[in-house]
Amino acid sequence: MDAATIDKLLRLAALRLDASERARLHGDLDKIVAFVDAMQAVDTDGVEPLAHPLDGVQPLRPDWVSETVQRERFQQNAPAVRDGLYLVPRVVE
Amino acid sequence: MSADADLPTLAEHCQALRSKAVGAEELARHYLRRIAEDRSNSFITVCEEQAVADAKRADAAIAKQGHSGLLGVPVAHKDIFCTDGVRTTCASQMLANFVAPYDATVVARMKAAGAVLLGKTNMDEFAMGSSTATSYFGATANPWDHGRVPGGSSGGSAAAVAGGLAPAATGTDTGGSIRQPAAFCGISGLKPTYGRVSRYGLIAFASSLDQGGPMARSAADLRALLACMEGHDPLDSTSADAGPTGNEECAQGLTIGMPGEYWNDLDAPMAAALEEAAKVLQRHGHQRRQISLPHTRFAVPTYYVVASAEASTNLSRYDGVRYGHRAQQPVDLDDLYCRSRSEGFGTEVKRRILTGTYALSVGYYDAYYRKAQRLRRLIRQDFIDAFAEVDLILTPATPEPAFRFGQHEADPTGLYKQDVFTAPASLAGLPAASIPCGRIGALPVGMQLIGPHFSEDRLLAVAEAFQRDTDWHLRKPPEQP
Repeated sequence: MDAATIDKLLRLAALRLDASERARLHGDLDKIVAFVDAMQAVDTDGVEPLAHPLDGVQPLRPDWVSETVQRERFQQNAPAVRDGLYLVPRVVE
Repeated sequence: MSADADLPTLAEHCQALRSKAVGAEELARHYLRRIAEDRSNSFITVCEEQAVADAKRADAAIAKQGHSGLLGVPVAHKDIFCTDGVRTTCASQMLANFVAPYDATVVARMKAAGAVLLGKTNMDEFAMGSSTATSYFGATANPWDHGRVPGGSSGGSAAAVAGGLAPAATGTDTGGSIRQPAAFCGISGLKPTYGRVSRYGLIAFASSLDQGGPMARSAADLRALLACMEGHDPLDSTSADAGPTGNEECAQGLTIGMPGEYWNDLDAPMAAALEEAAKVLQRHGHQRRQISLPHTRFAVPTYYVVASAEASTNLSRYDGVRYGHRAQQPVDLDDLYCRSRSEGFGTEVKRRILTGTYALSVGYYDAYYRKAQRLRRLIRQDFIDAFAEVDLILTPATPEPAFRFGQHEADPTGLYKQDVFTAPASLAGLPAASIPCGRIGALPVGMQLIGPHFSEDRLLAVAEAFQRDTDWHLRKPPEQP
């Protein structure tokens, strides 16, 4: 894995690493990819991918309101709120 | 009172409450005292006041209507289950101050059955690990040897039950996180069939694999706990409508498969312990048969791709905005997201997020994620083919007994390989139990029984019969110096 690939993964995952953590994880990722590459030894042509162990399908529920607004309760866990709104750094000047 | 010495199993706690030999408050205070004196770091949060208040209510209810269900029985929940009004951390700095605004379905059902919550147990951060060493709150020590890991990720729950800090606890299992710590701590643990137990309120790691389940001393206790936890839940779209367990089916004259892929390369002491266990099962009238699960050696690589991919998706929700850790003085939104996540997550979590992001990214998706999903089908097919010939499968739960802290630090894949016997059943969604079956030196080891989908009754019946003839599950760790 080259440095550009690590940069791309960090951007996609919204993570930032200092130099020593980056060096360590880069080395670990190389080992992990080499380890999971053992999968390539199996011919899986024509095998249907399995997403759910019981072949479950997404059931539908009746279309009725089942939840109530509990904004104040939920916002007790929020790091920054004002007037019932979640605060983030300004995104529009 | 020495409730712990007198009452080895959950069943005996219920019996003592029923006969009024002990009260719920007395029990709760006993365990709270044990927890306060303990040095294993099994708990992240102890609910002292709430436990005593709930126990008093249970005593009143028992006086009025007698004992039923789990009324007045002290339990501990893995700190991955949301508990209304109680801090729920997933052992992460990210959620160090998160107070869940609702109960997980498992928690609500056990509460409704009258269980008294002692506290929330330690675990690997976001359930990613096999030792509790990745917990933000420090590792839990194995009660059999404080220099060794209790296993993980449900290591706090396993150590709490083994150390006499709670008669029962909940765990969750994604690739072995109930079975491996149960084996390392000498207790019984069950990963139910995928979908048997609701995942609502269980903080998500890998949604197609995660499954909650019970951890206790005996298989009979696992059965009683499962009866409370299981059942269809409209709040979890993957929850199965399978009908309840509790049919204590006569599990006699079964054929038990012993897959060469699990047995052939075992270290001699582990092979000897398992052989003894197999002989007990034979004496119970079961036949043994050699079988093959040919894709076994691909299960761990497949598991790490699937689980990491799902984790990278599930953990994208932690952004520092609505709840969880938030970086100080962000310069812009991107800085807020990136720094909140980078500060809030530990190294193992970042490692898995990056692995999963890689497996899902353009150019690698087919070679890794799709490939793993195809292999997952082949691994499941191995089991389907095997269960055409045998009723249950017997394997070791782990390759070795509890390892020392730091033993697998140099290479993360060394630790991943610990899941070699547990990951296959997880990928196939099968029920599997870890049952104490011997000792190597001073350390307990476990056997794993794997059954077809929704065969928990059969699996537990065989384990209960095994425990009527053995006492490995009742043995207590020595006091640690």
